[in-house]
Amino acid sequence: MNTSQPHEQDHDHEHNHQEVPADVALRVKALESLLVAKGLVDSTALDALVDVYENQVGPRNGARVVARAWVDPDYKKRLLADGTVALSELGYSGSQGADIRVVENTAKVHNLVVCTLCSCYPWPVLGLPPVWYKSAPFRSRAVIDPRGVLREMGTELPAEVEVRVWDSTAEQRYLVLPERPANTAHLSEDALAALVTRDAMIGVAKVVVSP
Amino acid sequence: MNGIHDMGGMQDMGAIEFARSEPVFHERWEGRIYAMSYAVQATGKLRLGLRPPIEGIPPGEYLRMSYYERWLTSLTERLLASGLVTRAEIAAGVPQAGSAPHEIALSPAAAVAALFKIPATRREVPAVARFRSGQHVRARNMHPVTHTRLPRYVRGRAGTIERDHGIFVFADTSAYSQGEKPQHLYSVRFSAHELWGDEAATQDSVYLDLYEDYLEPA
Repeated sequence: MNTSQPHEQDHDHEHNHQEVPADVALRVKALESLLVAKGLVDSTALDALVDVYENQVGPRNGARVVARAWVDPDYKKRLLADGTVALSELGYSGSQGADIRVVENTAKVHNLVVCTLCSCYPWPVLGLPPVWYKSAPFRSRAVIDPRGVLREMGTELPAEVEVRVWDSTAEQRYLVLPERPANTAHLSEDALAALVTRDAMIGVAKVVVSP
Repeated sequence: MNGIHDMGGMQDMGAIEFARSEPVFHERWEGRIYAMSYAVQATGKLRLGLRPPIEGIPPGEYLRMSYYERWLTSLTERLLASGLVTRAEIAAGVPQAGSAPHEIALSPAAAVAALFKIPATRREVPAVARFRSGQHVRARNMHPVTHTRLPRYVRGRAGTIERDHGIFVFADTSAYSQGEKPQHLYSVRFSAHELWGDEAATQDSVYLDLYEDYLEPA
């Protein structure tokens, strides 16, 4: 699906700005062998934890939720009234998702999610956050200049639209329910889910129908 | 603490290095430190939260470090603060001669189960809500030198209670194992005008989740 398209140049760019000392990998390796020897962790448990977020939990979960809300008005009502309960109906719950609130984008209101203090993010429906979400440029500017951030990321909002920024400072995690694009009445729920990107569910993009 | 991590509203941090798609972990070590932090935390033996040690990293270092490098610093400090390892062991990479293993490592099944278990920070204890939806409030002008979820950019600013989320463990004290201090947590709406002045769009706003201890009547 579209959230897993490779963009190698973006990836390389992302790497270049970090100056991770060469010894970090070695320090992590040394810490792991120490913790195993101390009986604090089991290496195969670490493999299992990595596998969960590399292969099982990610933005496809959130995309399924959005598509369901688009086709099922009763589900959408439940989702907006109590996100946590409605998400668990589809089997999504867990760490960083005890209380998830879903906020709806419309023609008049645009929602954007950030965590200025750290990296809070709705793991059960979006997986672990991308590097840019945790970075200083996004965290610092999303609250003071959300329209500029959106413009920089490719979305120009009309002046009359109301922008609501959700700074996830404590306990609540936020998922944006994007607007359903026009001319999609013929699409199945699965086909709709394939249109929904991670970025649209953070509120830094809109859902578009690929040409 | 008024640290570099509290960066809402800062300017000149550079362009957003946006990637439409990227690997979950960019290097193998990132996944290992993430998983180690989680696996040790799930044993319940850590007496310090993830964030206080990260917020204690000097600003220059904080900005230079990648996200998971900060996690390495944090886990190391948490293990030391919890008495689970010694500095000599971290330096040597092996247990001190004669030290008995803790034998508390979670199995793969238990570690994954902990990940999917909903962590309970909500408390069903009697606590009368001091504020109600629609009420005008002001974020206190306070500057604790320890962990807090009250960002600088709203301190002293007036907002409106949008919703009462219920009663939750207070992060400012629980991060140090200094008591749960359960209290109401509110969604508070601040207009962009109130926060950023007349040039902000009149209809725009920022919502924050703030503990009752951070608020006073406006």
